[in-house]
Amino acid sequence: MELPLINDEQVELLLSDLLENYGYDFTGYSKASLKRRINRLYSLDKIPGFAEFRYKISRDSLYFKRFVEQITVNVTEMFRDPGFFTALRETVLPRLGTYPFIRIWLAGCSTGEEAYSISILLKELNLLDKSLIYATDLNPAVLEKAAQGMFSLNYMKQYSENYILSGGKNDFSSYYTAKYSLAKFNEELKHKIIFSTHNLVSDHSFNEFQLILCRNVLIYFDRDLQHKVLELFDESLDELGYLALGTKETIDFSKIARKYKRLQNEKIWRKIS
Amino acid sequence: MKNCEALIIGGSAGSLDVLLRVLPLISPDVKFPVIIVIHRKNGSDSLLPELLSGKTQLQVKEAEEKEAILPGIIYIAPSDYHLLIEMNKTFSLDYSEKVNYSRPAIDATFQTAAEVYQNKLVCLLLSGSNADGVNGLKTAKSWGGMAVIQDPESAQVAFMPQQAKLHVKIDRILSIEDMPEFINLLS
Repeated sequence: MELPLINDEQVELLLSDLLENYGYDFTGYSKASLKRRINRLYSLDKIPGFAEFRYKISRDSLYFKRFVEQITVNVTEMFRDPGFFTALRETVLPRLGTYPFIRIWLAGCSTGEEAYSISILLKELNLLDKSLIYATDLNPAVLEKAAQGMFSLNYMKQYSENYILSGGKNDFSSYYTAKYSLAKFNEELKHKIIFSTHNLVSDHSFNEFQLILCRNVLIYFDRDLQHKVLELFDESLDELGYLALGTKETIDFSKIARKYKRLQNEKIWRKIS
Repeated sequence: MKNCEALIIGGSAGSLDVLLRVLPLISPDVKFPVIIVIHRKNGSDSLLPELLSGKTQLQVKEAEEKEAILPGIIYIAPSDYHLLIEMNKTFSLDYSEKVNYSRPAIDATFQTAAEVYQNKLVCLLLSGSNADGVNGLKTAKSWGGMAVIQDPESAQVAFMPQQAKLHVKIDRILSIEDMPEFINLLS
């Protein structure tokens, strides 16, 4: 890519089409990343011109699906940032374990790697039975993949290392069965996960949670949308509940910050009032 | 170039030594931001800003998402995120696929900066063992920016600047000794 093929004005056009035709609102997304991904898709699919691209997205619902899947970032890992999972394992989940029931919202779960990671933690802490993980994403295609619980076997070495670094004591391979090139995660890990679509931009709070995780999603939103989404999380979080964000994300700029106290060293905040 | 609005330095294997030699000689009065994108292992996050801040009078910090990009500050791309530049001259972070096996990818920063700073952008590509940065230099050139590389002869690992030389019309080829003066004269 040299000069970008799709310019800012054209990006705006596509975004207003999406909103009008499908009700998907990407106008609050950070532009640099969005534009980069739209251009990447445009080159990848060798679309002959912008007019055709625009028409395809508006009229061809299959292509629209591909478009949404490709312009949103769906890169994720199991036990990514092991230190974060150590904090969940040693501090957050044991405290929530004193409750009769634990509701967890994983917002922007993508293909589900984190949902299964949390399920493994809960199982090891003997909390899985009384927990429910709501794993949501705006993108139905990634949720279908998440619900299958099958990930490439190639990644298992890395995930196993992450798991051990996070304080895991079991044999990581006991959580899945290898099938050809895939690792299929055990059914019991999936029983307590509900995969469902939810769009942080346009959908409302749907429950009260004791833990909300939303990691590496806010980086794709502009400040206004970040404010809005943090308020949605605040509304959806019980008192003394926890909010967990990505390593480079913060609530410091937001109005909700004064109600929260951060756990040392991790991007985890507890709602204290 | 005069009145440079941003200098972006990309590097991989063998580039840290260059920075350690060049940064101490950069004038504290430079009137543009210096944005550094260096490939490195994950998890060694705070080390690089700390290491470099001991070598210069300029403020050195890790680039944060939504942060306004200001002159006279050296920003370091955090490990394991792409660092993008928005049209309003703020940073964005992005955790999408690696580019050229790298995250942060030099290409991602060069390319997004190209349109923002246009002919007031200088991209400097240092020593390294893959071709990251080459496409970014092309983009920078096509928006009127300046493409500069470390002389492959002086690079610990010549591949990266060599690839750039092969595929991009390079404006300047610099030895390590010539870099500080070149940078100081950009203000």
